Amino acid sequence: MGTDQSVGFSLDALRDRLAYQPLLLGGVALVAGTALTLASNATRAPIAAAEAHDTQMTLAQVLPPGSADNDLLADVLELPGPAAGSTRRIHIARKAGVVTGAVFNVAERGYSGEIRLLMAVDPAGRVLGVRVLKHTETPGLGDKIEIARNPWITSFDGKSLGEPAPAKWAVKKDGGIYDSFAGATITPRAVVKAVKGGLDYFAAHRNEILGVQP
Amino acid sequence: MNLQSFREAAWNGLWRQNTGLVQLLGLCPILAVSTSIVNAASLGLATVMVMAVSNLAVASLRNFIPYEIRIPVFILIIAALTTVVDLAFNAYFHDLYLVLGIFIPLIVTNCIVLARVEAYAAKNDPVSSTVDGIMMGLGLVCLLSVLGGLRELAGNGTLFSGIEMLFPGLSPISVFGPDYPGFLIGILPPGAFFTLACLIALSNVIRTRAAKRKSAAQGPMAPAADQPASAA
Repeated sequence: MGTDQSVGFSLDALRDRLAYQPLLLGGVALVAGTALTLASNATRAPIAAAEAHDTQMTLAQVLPPGSADNDLLADVLELPGPAAGSTRRIHIARKAGVVTGAVFNVAERGYSGEIRLLMAVDPAGRVLGVRVLKHTETPGLGDKIEIARNPWITSFDGKSLGEPAPAKWAVKKDGGIYDSFAGATITPRAVVKAVKGGLDYFAAHRNEILGVQP
Repeated sequence: MNLQSFREAAWNGLWRQNTGLVQLLGLCPILAVSTSIVNAASLGLATVMVMAVSNLAVASLRNFIPYEIRIPVFILIIAALTTVVDLAFNAYFHDLYLVLGIFIPLIVTNCIVLARVEAYAAKNDPVSSTVDGIMMGLGLVCLLSVLGGLRELAGNGTLFSGIEMLFPGLSPISVFGPDYPGFLIGILPPGAFFTLACLIALSNVIRTRAAKRKSAAQGPMAPAADQPASAA
């Protein structure tokens, strides 16, 4: 772009060269765009690997160790979701070809935004595990639903639609069996509702998920 | 760049013109991520990277950038660098990336970065501009860490919670024991304002005392050279 040092700060020189400004702006945009393309290309593979690793780790958390020997990321079933027109991806866990569990996302509105959970259900309809994927609950209160902060989320393990009875699928404050946190009732209430919704969904689509003829 | 001007830049960034305590710039990320030391320091270090490289880039190009279109050019440079840092965090520090979330892209809108580019890098050579960016950024890291530590201590009774995301194997320090009920306002957004206000008040007290001592040493007629900056 020239070595003329006066170009930078002399207004007179600039007015003579009207094309200088758009060309410079365009040039900087071009360089920035190139840099971004290079960075994006260079990081694409590590990012994809990190995300796949992430999903793998979360899937492994909700399933008991050794309960699956297939590639959960590839063994996916697309079923109609709870909302009209939506689809829900269901990862099928198999051991020696036999279905040992179904893993899928559920979501519910919490205190301040959507709480997204990943849950695994065994063929008999019992919860194998639940983990929070994403939430925006109050730090120090609602974030106790994270396994890293509180083991509360494991209280769903082994529960099913019949055990406890449907009326007991609630926090203790509402007459159910699940604890709520001091100062945060709405968050656990939403999680309980989401897990129960997931079990209802599994019950409604059990045959498709397990691949058996009704 | 000689030792004297390096010291000057360090003193400016870390204390005299501390971005958070004196310039009061970039309060949005300061208040949002300072719920724990780990979050606060990580975002601070990401900001240091962006500030150092954007100051370097702008200082190198400063003679070619016309005054009228400097802001779009600066923003373009800062935005591109921030996106690169964002991608790099996503690729190489994935766990941390998940925690910091939206606040890494938001470095673009942090007025500290644009302010240093505009006020310093556009007028100085690349080396001292880079040092300025790093020092201003480190001043922010220090403030963020103290703020994060105090809020975390008050709200949760812990220090360094989440350190295992950065260094697996390390665990947070529980200062007040597991039964600490938690002074919740420390973690909630108002706690950020209260804590920052206390820190600014404290720094103003120290600055006023230092200025008084200086003017006393120079004799009663000497003007106070280093007035504390007002929080305007």
